[in-house]
Amino acid sequence: MAEIHGAVTIESERCKGCNLCVVACPCDVLALQPKEVNDRGYHYAYPANEKACIGCAACALVCPDACIEVFRVVAK
Amino acid sequence: MTREEIIQNGTKVYSRPRLLNKNNMHYCPGCSHGVVHKLVAEIIDEMGLEHDAIGIAPVGCAVFAYNYIDIDWAEAAHGRAPALATAISRLRPDKVVFTYQGDGDLAAIGSAETIHACTRGENIVIIMINNGIYGMTGGQMSPCTLEGAKTATTPYGRRHDLNGFPLKVADVVSLLDGTCYVTRQAVHTPGAVRKAKAALKKAFKNAQEKKGTSFVEIVSTCNSGWKMSPEKSNKWMEENMFAHYPLGDLKDTTK
Repeated sequence: MAEIHGAVTIESERCKGCNLCVVACPCDVLALQPKEVNDRGYHYAYPANEKACIGCAACALVCPDACIEVFRVVAK
Repeated sequence: MTREEIIQNGTKVYSRPRLLNKNNMHYCPGCSHGVVHKLVAEIIDEMGLEHDAIGIAPVGCAVFAYNYIDIDWAEAAHGRAPALATAISRLRPDKVVFTYQGDGDLAAIGSAETIHACTRGENIVIIMINNGIYGMTGGQMSPCTLEGAKTATTPYGRRHDLNGFPLKVADVVSLLDGTCYVTRQAVHTPGAVRKAKAALKKAFKNAQEKKGTSFVEIVSTCNSGWKMSPEKSNKWMEENMFAHYPLGDLKDTTK
């Protein structure tokens, strides 16, 4: 069976920490930084559990600030 | 496989739309405007309308839409976007003209312009962001505010005997003969975003093919105005807004 590996990159300076990507992710990959903030003072999102990502782009679709890029590899 | 390997060797599934420029949006965290801007930028790019699409910005939060999407824009007086879109689409019939308005702009001060542009069947797209509140000015009641909703001007909740019933603009314009496509969408989940994109694309195609007025209402959230977190306001929208503003196509004469 083919295995799907995904990865997301988040422009942390553009992120406003709205949490919508965290809610939309079906694999619980994303989380908001608990302490660190970006230059604008937002707790930005980051891939806390990056191994679980399947590259479905659900997070990127709902991101209002378009700061998420999604990559996917299908390994046979 | 490590993260770096996936990024280097993998296919890019999703990236920031090319027409969305580098400026950080001024919208509040979690605002639906950002998602709709993204969809508009993607569709214009996919349809190759970069040099042929003209947007009309409203008065309201989306007044700065021209700062974010790299196409031609004009800014209309409050509520007058459909009137300006009429002028531009008649003077330049080779262009695809769309308006991007909120419910305060479109349904209150601009209701006459909207209804008459729709009844004339102008070849334009009207995008309405319906969040049931005047977001920019501090959360006052708009014509689309739900009954019982607390706003700055209805602190005890909207009452129909005092403030009237919420206005269903999409239902109103779907009765007019000039409209060819009237739909109501939302952008709160990945599935809803995909559906909204398909609806917006259809609307832009109708304008390109001169089929009449397309009206796309997007039921959205205003988490600052509603005083909820983005997550909670999505839930509140699902539970309350969708009962009064059900999603789906109301009219499609293009089939």
